[in-house]
Amino acid sequence: MMSPEAIAPAWRSKLLLLVAALVVLVALALLPHFVGLYQVQLFTYGLIAAIAALGFNLLLGYTGLLSFGHSAFFGIGAYTVAFLVRDADIHAMELYILIGVPIAALLSALLGYICVRHTRIFFGILTLALSQVLWSLALKLFWTTGGTDGLRVPRPPLLGGMLTFTGSGAFSRFINAYYYYVLVIFALCVVLMWVIVHSPFGKALQAIRDNETRAAFLGIRIRRFRWMAFLISGTFTGLAGILWAPLNGLTTPEILYWPFSGEIVFAALLGGFRNFTGPIIGGVVFTYLKSYAVATTEYWQMLLGVVLVLLVMVLPTGIVGGLAALVRLLRGKRKQAA
Amino acid sequence: MGILTLQILNSLYYASVLFLISAGLNLIFGVMRIVNMAHGTLYASGAYVTAWMVGRGIAYGVPLYALLLCIPVGALVVAAVGAVIEPVLLRPFYRRAEEYQLLITFGLLLILQDALLMIWGGTPRSADPLMDTFPIIRFGGFVYPGYNLLVVGIGIVAAIALWAIIYRTKFGVMLRATSQDRRMASALGLNVGLIFVAAFAIGCFMAGLGGAIIVPIQTAVLDMGIDALILAFVVVVIGGLGSLQGALVGALIVAIVRTAGIQFFPEIELAVLYLIAAIVLLVKPTGLFGTA
Repeated sequence: MMSPEAIAPAWRSKLLLLVAALVVLVALALLPHFVGLYQVQLFTYGLIAAIAALGFNLLLGYTGLLSFGHSAFFGIGAYTVAFLVRDADIHAMELYILIGVPIAALLSALLGYICVRHTRIFFGILTLALSQVLWSLALKLFWTTGGTDGLRVPRPPLLGGMLTFTGSGAFSRFINAYYYYVLVIFALCVVLMWVIVHSPFGKALQAIRDNETRAAFLGIRIRRFRWMAFLISGTFTGLAGILWAPLNGLTTPEILYWPFSGEIVFAALLGGFRNFTGPIIGGVVFTYLKSYAVATTEYWQMLLGVVLVLLVMVLPTGIVGGLAALVRLLRGKRKQAA
Repeated sequence: MGILTLQILNSLYYASVLFLISAGLNLIFGVMRIVNMAHGTLYASGAYVTAWMVGRGIAYGVPLYALLLCIPVGALVVAAVGAVIEPVLLRPFYRRAEEYQLLITFGLLLILQDALLMIWGGTPRSADPLMDTFPIIRFGGFVYPGYNLLVVGIGIVAAIALWAIIYRTKFGVMLRATSQDRRMASALGLNVGLIFVAAFAIGCFMAGLGGAIIVPIQTAVLDMGIDALILAFVVVVIGGLGSLQGALVGALIVAIVRTAGIQFFPEIELAVLYLIAAIVLLVKPTGLFGTA
């Protein structure tokens, strides 16, 4: 039995969390008033990366499975949009999402069914191999996918045609509107994922991660739960791919290629995969880091590689984990002083 | 008949290179339990180093036959790089979770990839004069470069040599002991650190050799390592992680499927390979010869 005194701080911390989340959301909503168009566009990319990493981390952080094939889901989302534009002549963002998300979910269910039979290193290799099937098809089936040229995705009308983007200044109007569009979806994703990982299902996943045998003894159907986690994880990343396609205006096989999966892993690790907020921060920071690296040096991969190696060596818990440790350290010192 | 012979020769040639890459990957996994994602880039490094040396040699007027020496030297350079990487970058991570090991080698891949770009630039490099040191073989109206047969020969020699080292020498016994039980091997007085360096260097040597022998035929390009790594993964998944026979059989299967694929179903040849790998993992999770 928990005493009322023990329950009260839990409520207080929840309230604090809610207030903090609202403050961040309001700050993000005000952002376009303070920064230039390019920054808004870059931040939109960052939010999309955050959604992808958030989905990815349900597997790595909460289920203990390292997928090196999440490019498959991101890619299927983006290519679905491109196909809907070209073959079905559909121009509506909401339809892209409504059609794309089930397709991403279907692919996740299919690949997940195969992959969750394994764990650890084999899981990683299997996800990698299967995602490369899609990559090689996108690359080789030139007449369907445009090969390395990719497929163009024009700016779609938003909110059922209420917002259209043609004529002069279309680009800046689109970026500004799309930022809020993505921000709303991002907020919904964060809330949804929060609910998932704090539900009994999420707790069961963590139990499996920490001790598979014990979880099995408790009656948790391990493979089924891992499969569900895979399904949700892939769908989130697929949604990120759907949102990415109109922003980028072009889908190429590169987003299906396995180094892109590596970038998603990188983003989650950068923020810290042991925390809920880690991959969100990681997705945004990674986007900035990469764009900065690409802009400053021809050898941006090396820069990213060095950051990754240093990260694993000195800050394995990522930015958020590192900050949390710092806060704990400072608090401890203050207590000692008092 | 001629075409079939040609296809078989091509398969053998391709299998030989694939074996060199994946045997190295397997050896490293077998001994250190690390899946080295930078392995393909080490293979590319072998190709670049050799191509660069051959280019220099020709510029200084060194006879072509002597330049064949660039091939083993190129492989040795890669082995030396490996001997530095293992103790500096990898050793601190053996006790950490597998995820971190995978990530550290992924970081290494990014670094090495740009190191190649930094040193040799983005233009493809070739060492094709070396091919001319071997006569062209004619049979049944077909011509076949004799150099490719050398590649097949080197693959066979490498397979036998590796087998002999692992199963017929004292060092091989130490290697297998370390692979089976690191702590027990250490307790018995084996210098496990030295064995790790040696195993990693041998693995890198194999990868470098693969790159060095292929560069007279194919030009060295930056992406070759990333592509090769995935194919090597397919080989070890089919054959079994950590198994030498597995690498051999896996390399043959992948080479035959690919050679046939390019001939008959070029658009889905890669997809077919990955699917074969996935099916093997489903049916026999440890691969055809794996025990891990």
